[in-house]
Amino acid sequence: MTGAGLVRGTLVRGTAVRLAAAVAVMLGAATLAFAALQLVPGDPVAVLLGPATTASPEVRAQIRDDFGFDRPVVVQYASYLGHLVRGDLGESYQLQRPVAELIDSQLWPTVQLASAAVVLAVAIAVISAVTTAGRPLPRMLASAWELVAVSTPSYWLGIVLLTFFSFRLTIFPVAGAQSFSALVLPAVTLALPVAGVLAQVLREGLETALAQPFVVTARARGLTRMAVRFRHALRHAAVSLVTLTGWLTGTLLGGAVLVEVVFARPGIGTLTLQAVANKDMPVVIGVVMISAFVFVLISTVVDLAYLAIDPRLRKG
Amino acid sequence: MTATQPGLLTGPGSILTTAGRASGRSRRRRLSHAGVALAGALLVLLTLVAIAPELFTDRAPNETDLARTMAGPGGAHWFGTDQLGRDVFARVLHGARTSLLVGAGSTVFALLGGTVLGLAAALSGRVGDQVLMRFADVLLSLPSLLLALLAVAVLGTGTVNVMLAVAIAFVPGYARIVRAEALVVRRSGYVEAAVGLGLLRPVLVARHVLPNTLGPLLVLATVGFGTSVIYASGLSFLGLGAGPPSPEWGAMLSQGRDFLATAWWIGVFPGFAITVTVIAVNVVGRFAQRRFAGRIS
Repeated sequence: MTGAGLVRGTLVRGTAVRLAAAVAVMLGAATLAFAALQLVPGDPVAVLLGPATTASPEVRAQIRDDFGFDRPVVVQYASYLGHLVRGDLGESYQLQRPVAELIDSQLWPTVQLASAAVVLAVAIAVISAVTTAGRPLPRMLASAWELVAVSTPSYWLGIVLLTFFSFRLTIFPVAGAQSFSALVLPAVTLALPVAGVLAQVLREGLETALAQPFVVTARARGLTRMAVRFRHALRHAAVSLVTLTGWLTGTLLGGAVLVEVVFARPGIGTLTLQAVANKDMPVVIGVVMISAFVFVLISTVVDLAYLAIDPRLRKG
Repeated sequence: MTATQPGLLTGPGSILTTAGRASGRSRRRRLSHAGVALAGALLVLLTLVAIAPELFTDRAPNETDLARTMAGPGGAHWFGTDQLGRDVFARVLHGARTSLLVGAGSTVFALLGGTVLGLAAALSGRVGDQVLMRFADVLLSLPSLLLALLAVAVLGTGTVNVMLAVAIAFVPGYARIVRAEALVVRRSGYVEAAVGLGLLRPVLVARHVLPNTLGPLLVLATVGFGTSVIYASGLSFLGLGAGPPSPEWGAMLSQGRDFLATAWWIGVFPGFAITVTVIAVNVVGRFAQRRFAGRIS
């Protein structure tokens, strides 16, 4: 095999391994969701219909037949997986609409919130880390704010920001998701704790990078200290952030639930909370499956991107 | 020696700068030690408040005073009063027990679950290890809060269920750490020596593997406790935990959210209590982590 062929071969194999792992995790998540449905105490038909049902025995029998609750668990599991593969997440009994449609209708405000928070968090973290790495006093001050940021519950931060900026100063609207200004406080609330963690990891990476010989070389070429940090050291340190992608996705998705409730924003979080409080299992499981899918998608894409960029990762 | 001597002597300034740097470093270290001591003292105080809140306030947490509703913070009511005239300071103090107990309880349950799963994975051979760790991967692919919400949806709401739900959310993380530690310990010389001596497997695990795995885990659990408090109060804030009359920090915050325009203190002080607790826990936990890392290397 030629050198290029060898590279292509390992690249294909690496890609295949990662895709298989992604499929395995999704299958696991589906199994977990199915197990959760089975674990809810009581008759599954009653669980699906909800507590406030007026369904007649005929309807109940129809549902039992449709979902196959009278068949063996293994058969039920197979048919459940079949529905999932076709993108059918079931129907919410509370809202009488398909789960996929519900999630689709609530997705956009959450995506807006999460993307605004990511951009903000990365910007804050980069500034906080680059300007303080390797300088004792600024470093100490930055560590202090980062400690406070990671220790502050987002739901409380949101309430403090609301009190101060919406009720006292009336700069930002109190609730809703219509305008850009309504996005500012929720995005800051979601971003600050994340920024605290990112800044700590980034600074550690920067300090390792700044100890490398290429920093001296760059300084000798006449670059200013800040230029070295931004142009050379930051690139090295950014690699360590990649390992946090999965954590970041999860934190933003989970954090969005709390932030959306604090700011009374529509979105996946509000939908999830209503579903959990009402035991609307099809919706809860739908959200779980979607977030597992987003997690797997993002981490696989990041993995594959690095596989393509960094030849050292192609083995194994 | 001779190689470093000229470097030191080339300029007296270099000696001065290193000396200056060293004293700056020791000053910072003293400052950080003072911070750890302060955080530790605060945690002791919080524990006392959780055990016996009536030592610190003579007001009952549910005593209403309809003549003085939503009074601002001041001399008579340090943290003000809420919409029913209840003293917010007394409620925050009395809420410490539930909030800290739920956080501690979920950490203990998560540690137990994680230790059992992690040890089982590390000691059960290749197939068992693969099955358990892939299962942990699936759980780790879900956001912790969403996993906790899924658990609440299955178990139902209430303080105990919130505690269990938060524990479930953190089990996979602990399991993975226990497994990694146990794999290292299992291959160490003293365990091999114990195997050579013919020790029975359960004795081996109980006497050698488990104790040496627990050290790093307990250090990690300190920081984990802070996160548990945030999560458990968060679930209460969402209305899934303790019911309305009982003072619990998350539930109080959620009530306070409705009165932000007129009485910010109802929501702000309980949240402040959570934040201060978690900061103190994190300061002590990180100190323990640094000390532990130093001891190992």
